[in-house]
Amino acid sequence: MRLVLKSETDVLKKVEEISGQNVFSCYQCGMCSAGCPMSEEMDLLPNQVIRLLQMGAFDEILGSSTVWLCASCYTCRARCPRGVDLARLMEAVRLIVLRKTKDDYIPPARMVKEKLPQIALISALRKFTR
Amino acid sequence: MRVGVFICHCGRNIASVVDVHWLKNEAAKLKNVVFCEDYIYLCSEPGQKFICEKIKELNLTHIIVAACTPSLHGETFSRTLESAGLNRYLLEIANIREQCSWVHQNTPKIATKKALKLIEAALAKLTYAKPLTPLRVPMIRKALVIGGGIAGIQAALDIANGGFEVYLVEKEPSLGGHMAQLSETFPTLDCSSCILTPKMVEVAHHKNIHLFTYAEVKNIEGTVGNFEVTILKKPRYVWEDKCTGCNDCVDVCPVIVPNEFDQGLGARKAIYIPFPQAVPLVYTIDLENCLNSKKLIVCENCFKACGPRAIDFLMEEEEVKIKVGAIIVATGYDLIPLEALPEYGGGRYQDVITSLDLERLLSPSGPTGGVIRRPSDGKIPKSIVFIQCAGSRDPEHGRPYCSKICCMYTAKHALLYKHAVPEGKVYIFYIDIRAAGKRYEEFVQRIVEEERVLYLRGKVSKVFRKNEKLVVLGVDTLTGRTVEIETDMVVVAPAIISNNGGKALAQILKTPIDEFGFFTEIHPKLRPVESPAIGIYLAGAAQSPKDISESVAQASAAASKVLALFSQKRIALEPIKAEVDVKLCKGCGICVKTCPFGAIKIIKKKKKKYAQVSKAVCQGCGSCMGACKFRAINVAHFTLKQLFSQVDALLEG
Repeated sequence: MRLVLKSETDVLKKVEEISGQNVFSCYQCGMCSAGCPMSEEMDLLPNQVIRLLQMGAFDEILGSSTVWLCASCYTCRARCPRGVDLARLMEAVRLIVLRKTKDDYIPPARMVKEKLPQIALISALRKFTR
Repeated sequence: MRVGVFICHCGRNIASVVDVHWLKNEAAKLKNVVFCEDYIYLCSEPGQKFICEKIKELNLTHIIVAACTPSLHGETFSRTLESAGLNRYLLEIANIREQCSWVHQNTPKIATKKALKLIEAALAKLTYAKPLTPLRVPMIRKALVIGGGIAGIQAALDIANGGFEVYLVEKEPSLGGHMAQLSETFPTLDCSSCILTPKMVEVAHHKNIHLFTYAEVKNIEGTVGNFEVTILKKPRYVWEDKCTGCNDCVDVCPVIVPNEFDQGLGARKAIYIPFPQAVPLVYTIDLENCLNSKKLIVCENCFKACGPRAIDFLMEEEEVKIKVGAIIVATGYDLIPLEALPEYGGGRYQDVITSLDLERLLSPSGPTGGVIRRPSDGKIPKSIVFIQCAGSRDPEHGRPYCSKICCMYTAKHALLYKHAVPEGKVYIFYIDIRAAGKRYEEFVQRIVEEERVLYLRGKVSKVFRKNEKLVVLGVDTLTGRTVEIETDMVVVAPAIISNNGGKALAQILKTPIDEFGFFTEIHPKLRPVESPAIGIYLAGAAQSPKDISESVAQASAAASKVLALFSQKRIALEPIKAEVDVKLCKGCGICVKTCPFGAIKIIKKKKKKYAQVSKAVCQGCGSCMGACKFRAINVAHFTLKQLFSQVDALLEG
C-alpha cells in the first residue's frame, strides 16, 4: 500500500524525546542490520525501523516484531558510523507502545505483574539497574 | 642504411602472447637490419639508454621500435633518437601491443607471425623515410577566450595577469554566465554575485583584456600561434562608449517582456540590462520586442529620454577581425527544458519549476526579492518536493551521464528554503547522492541531520494537481514502498546539456565534440584541458558538467597552458606537411576543395597553374594526398611511396 507522507508526526517527536536521538542522523548504510544478531528473526530489519521513523510511518512499525526481538545488545550502537543509538530508539518505540495502554505512563510495579513481552522486562531492568 | 630493431616485452603484455625470441631471430634476418634485440620495458630509463648506446656503438641510422601504440610512446622514442644524435623522423613504431598481442590473445602463433609482418611493414616505410626539421613560425602572443561565464572570466584574467592580451567574447549582453544567476554557492554559502561581480569588474577594467559582449565568434582560420578570428558584434542599438547606465531609457520604455536572466519569472523592458550588476553597464535594445523595427520608428521614448544620445536605431552588426595564438573554449552549459519532463508535470503546472528557476527565486536581486514564492499564486510554499536526476543518468533518453552538480545544489536549496521557511518540509527524490568534493559530503549530511530533510531513494512516477496542491507519486526503494506526497511546489534538477551554440562553434574551431555535444579533450586524465586541435584549450562545463570550483581550476589550468605556449616567441610546428610536386600538378584545384583547413591555393606562375600549400596552416591530414588524381601531393613522413610500400609489405607472402 502507498505510504502517504505527512509533515512530522507527534509520535516521531516523542520517539526522539525519549531516546535522545535524531533519526535524521541515519543515512541508511545498513551497518546495524548487517551486524544485528537477531536480524534473521525480524520481519523488519533494524535499519528499516529507523527508515520508517524518518518517514513518519509509525503505524508500519506497530505491527512488527522487530522492536520486541531487539535484545538491547548494543552491537548496532557500537558499530553505527553516524553514532546513532538505535537500541535507544527501539526502546523508545517499545515504551510508546506500552504507554498507549494508559495515560502515557506505566508504574514499574505493574509492569512486572502484567504479562509483558520478555524484552520489555529485560530492557526495563537494564534501565533501572544503571 | 643500418637499421636497428628493438622489440619490447611490455612486461607480459606483449611477451605472454607473441614469441619475442622467435620474432627477434626472424627480424634480424630482414634486409638492412644490422641489430635486433628484445627488452622487457623499452620505455623505461634503462630501456631508452640501451637503444641510445646501440645507436652509437653500431652506427645505426634508422630505428624500428616494436612496442605499444605510437600515441603512447612515440614521443618518448623520438626523443631517444634525438639524444643519440639521430633525426626523430627516422623512427618507425610497429604497434605489436594494441594491434597484435591484445587483440589476438587466444592465437599466439598467428599473433607472432603478424608481429613479424608489422615489423616488415615498418621497415618498408622506413626505407623511404627522410630526415625532417620542425618548422619555426612567429607566434601571435594574444589569446581568445570564448564565453564570459566564470570559467572564461578566470582564464582571461589569468592570461591577462600573465602580461598577454586577451580577447574575451560573450554572446549575452553581460558577462557572468550562469554563475551570475545563482543565489548562494555550495558548500560555503558564499553569495554568488558577491564573489563573481568583482571579477567581472576586474575584466572590464583590465588593460590587457578586450571585452566583446553581445558578440559571437563567426569564423576561425589558421593554426596554433596564428589564428585569424572573425568576431560578429550584434547591434545593441546603444553606443557602449556613450551610455552611462543611468536607467532613464528603461523608465520610459512601454514594452514589458519576460526577463530571460530571471528564467522568465521576472520582467524587463525592451531596452534593458539583464541584471543590476551587469558588466558592461550598457543598455541593449531587444529589437524583436521593441515597437520599432529596422524600417519603421513608431516610438522614440528612449531616444528622447537619453541624455548622452547613446541610442542609435540605425546601428548595424559589425565584423571585427583579430589575430591570436591560442584559444580557450569556455562556452558553458544549458539545461534540458521542463517540457522534456512531462512525467513531472513540466510545462503543464506553473509550480513545477527548474532548479535554476529556484535560484532566481532565492536571489535577493531576483524577481521576488529573495522571497520564495510559487509562480501560480505567489504564496510561500509550505513544502517542496525536489526531483533529482531529471533526465540525467538516463541512457534510454540519450543521456547516460551524471549531471554532477545537482546533488549538491539540491542540498543547498533544501538548506536555503529551510532557513527561509523553518516550519517547511522538504522531500528529495534521488537515486544516489554524489557528494565527492572537499567538504561536500559533510555539507549534505549536515543538512539532512540539522534541517531534517527527508531523502527518498527512488524515482517519481507522476505529478498531478489536486485543488491548490500538487500530488507527487513516487517510490522509496529503501523501504520498498511507494509514496504519495501533497506539496505546494516541485523543483526538478534537469540534466545538464552542452551549450546550444557549442556544436556550431566546434565546427568553426574544427575541434571534436562527443555524442552529447561536449568538447573532447586529448586525454581525459593526463591532458584534460587540451583539445585535440593544437592551440585550443577547454575550460568549464563546455567539456562536461562541472561545478564552480572545478570550472575555475580548469580555467586556470587552461590559462597556464596558454602562458606556457606564449613563453616562446616562435612556435615549432611538426614538419608533417603537404608538399606539391610542381611538375606533376595540373592546377585542377580538387585539393583546394578537399582541404578542411583552407591551406591550399592555386597560383599561376610563368603560365603554369599549380597548387601551393601554406605550411603554417597545413595540419598534415592527408586529404589532399588522397584526392589528387595526379599523385602530385605528398605529405612528408607519410608519402605515397612510403604508404604503398608499407601496404605491399603487409600483403606479401
